[in-house]
Amino acid sequence: MAVDLVVNVALAGVLTGLVYGLMALGLSVIFGVVRVVNFAHGEMMTVAMYTAVGLFTAFKLDPFLSVIPVAAAFFVLGYLLQTGLINPFITRPEHSQFMLLVAIAIIVVNGLLMAFGPDARNVQVDYQLESWAAGPILFDKARVYAAGVAILASGALFAFFRYTRTGKAIRACADNYLGAKVVGLDVKHYYALTFGLGSACVAVAGCMLILLVDVTPSLGPSYTLLAFVIVIVGGLGSMGGALLGGVLIGLSEAMAGLFIQPSAKSMFSFALLILVLLFRPQGLMGRRP
Amino acid sequence: MERSTGMNRRKFNTALATTGALAALSPFGIVRAQGAKLKVGVLLPRSGYLGFIGQSCQKGADLAPGVIKTLLGVDIELMNADTESNIDTARTRAERLIQEGAHVLVGAFDSGQSTAIAQVAEQRGVPYVVNIAAAPQITEQGYKFVFRNFPTAPDLVRNGLNNIGALFQATNVVPRSAVFMYVNDTFGLAMSKGINAFLPRLTNLPFKITESVPYDPAAKDLTVEVSKAKAANADFLLLVCRLQDSIILRREMVKQRWNPMGVISPGSPGMYEEQFAKVLGKYAEYCISNAPWYNPKTNMTKIVDAAFKKQNPGEKFVFHATNVAYTYESILIAADAYKRARSTDARALADAIRQTNITDRVALGGPIKFNAKGQVEGNLSACVQNLGGTPKVVLPADAAEAKPVFPWPGYKA
Repeated sequence: MAVDLVVNVALAGVLTGLVYGLMALGLSVIFGVVRVVNFAHGEMMTVAMYTAVGLFTAFKLDPFLSVIPVAAAFFVLGYLLQTGLINPFITRPEHSQFMLLVAIAIIVVNGLLMAFGPDARNVQVDYQLESWAAGPILFDKARVYAAGVAILASGALFAFFRYTRTGKAIRACADNYLGAKVVGLDVKHYYALTFGLGSACVAVAGCMLILLVDVTPSLGPSYTLLAFVIVIVGGLGSMGGALLGGVLIGLSEAMAGLFIQPSAKSMFSFALLILVLLFRPQGLMGRRP
Repeated sequence: MERSTGMNRRKFNTALATTGALAALSPFGIVRAQGAKLKVGVLLPRSGYLGFIGQSCQKGADLAPGVIKTLLGVDIELMNADTESNIDTARTRAERLIQEGAHVLVGAFDSGQSTAIAQVAEQRGVPYVVNIAAAPQITEQGYKFVFRNFPTAPDLVRNGLNNIGALFQATNVVPRSAVFMYVNDTFGLAMSKGINAFLPRLTNLPFKITESVPYDPAAKDLTVEVSKAKAANADFLLLVCRLQDSIILRREMVKQRWNPMGVISPGSPGMYEEQFAKVLGKYAEYCISNAPWYNPKTNMTKIVDAAFKKQNPGEKFVFHATNVAYTYESILIAADAYKRARSTDARALADAIRQTNITDRVALGGPIKFNAKGQVEGNLSACVQNLGGTPKVVLPADAAEAKPVFPWPGYKA
């Protein structure tokens, strides 16, 4: 097999994996702090993708520019969702939280079907079908841009949690719920902030992914599943783990498609998941409970 | 006191007995059928990854009652069901339609879904007319209630490969190799089997398949698949696709700067659909499909075309023609049988369908006549190329609207 073929496929896998990683980062951040698993994660990303399509159709707004308003809107939406709906469920059994978020996911999918119908939609920007060439190696422009934004957004999130007072307060809430309350932190507010940040992450990922994938209402559940695979491989609650998991899944799917069979791509990522669960159940970068 | 002239107990009992006797004696429910509507359960994938084509087929179903009422005087009630591009949903929707009183089922565009519906129809003894589905096994099971007016995969392949041979002759081009990409669903696998069986036998075709790349029709990304196909370095791409995947695939070809002589489908949907042209614009140009097509010259086509335009102002018939033609004809077959059987009884309808002989058609091919297996033979394919934003017949020469362009302009060996 030609080396340039392997390099091209690996490159595409890594770049797509970075966007997947950003999507999963939102899920990981929310779980790491709020301890709620967002089963509507992929569906929220689908809404972000439709929003990007809407902004492009109405105002010809490039998805790179729509990242800012869409992320801001999703931050507010996430904050309100946590405050209004999820906070009351924080102390309830896990199956109640599960049912709540699954219900939200079902409502989102059906709402999108009613609003937009089943048709696939996308944006068409000039650079979408272009690529840079370095000899036989091709760099898909849209993928490179999308991966670049994913790295920037992830870096900004890391910096926020590490260097800002609010970020440190959120980490305190995640590390010691009771201690955070004792020192006077408004834990529910910080939970809502975290859910907002996770939602903003998924919004950025959605705006980038619309450059690579057409959106349909039924897209959400498969991305929710993908996000779970990524965060379990990387380590649920670990931000670095989410990115690493995204890259690993993107790369392994690409390589499996190339060396085994394209239709075996998903099978390979699930095999990786089983291996991680067997030999490192906390994930590659997760902490032991 | 004046005696009542209305219904009394004795008159009521007499009327009841008479009605009962008539109902019991009427053969095959003739009395029940007269003046009644034929309830046609239409099963189509109107959402999911086949949603676009399912909706296109639905246009053929929607115009059928009006056209058929005018032509045959038969009243039809459509009972529409969305299969959501899912085999299990198709099965349960078929069950439900039968429970709700459908006299006949039609659909379901996809081979996997049609196979599932055929099993339900046969078990429940309700006639089922397949509109579009090519997997041969649908009419190879010895079913008594399943009928198909659409070429089987081997027929599609045979017609398609013959057209491809004619295309190379017409353009005086001799490609030596092809990379074969196909969807790995029931339809795609049946087509792949057909191609592998027929291609070695057709000595007039100059090319060999150097690499086969199956892929998931619901795939969201085809980077790896296209990379693999490009690496085969073949002269042209032989493609068995659906709609959404064909768009993703063509886009990926552009991104990866893969410019073979052309993309040719031996007999699958996708590249002649409106959405393909709309989304891809100039990149949709010159793609070639060898597909069951419509005959623009028949009276029936003119009637259906007029009804289509009335029902879908602003839409072009040519983009929906195959889907509309075969879906409309499946309902026409049911209505024609109902008219002759004068009954909605399942066995009477199935027997009447078996005797069908419809000569004025929308689809290209001979008369609609079912063989002993319930299969119509003689449906033909045309070689259709996207030229100037619309699919145009380029072969056979006597039906051609334009000359074929192959290889693509700008192709460099």
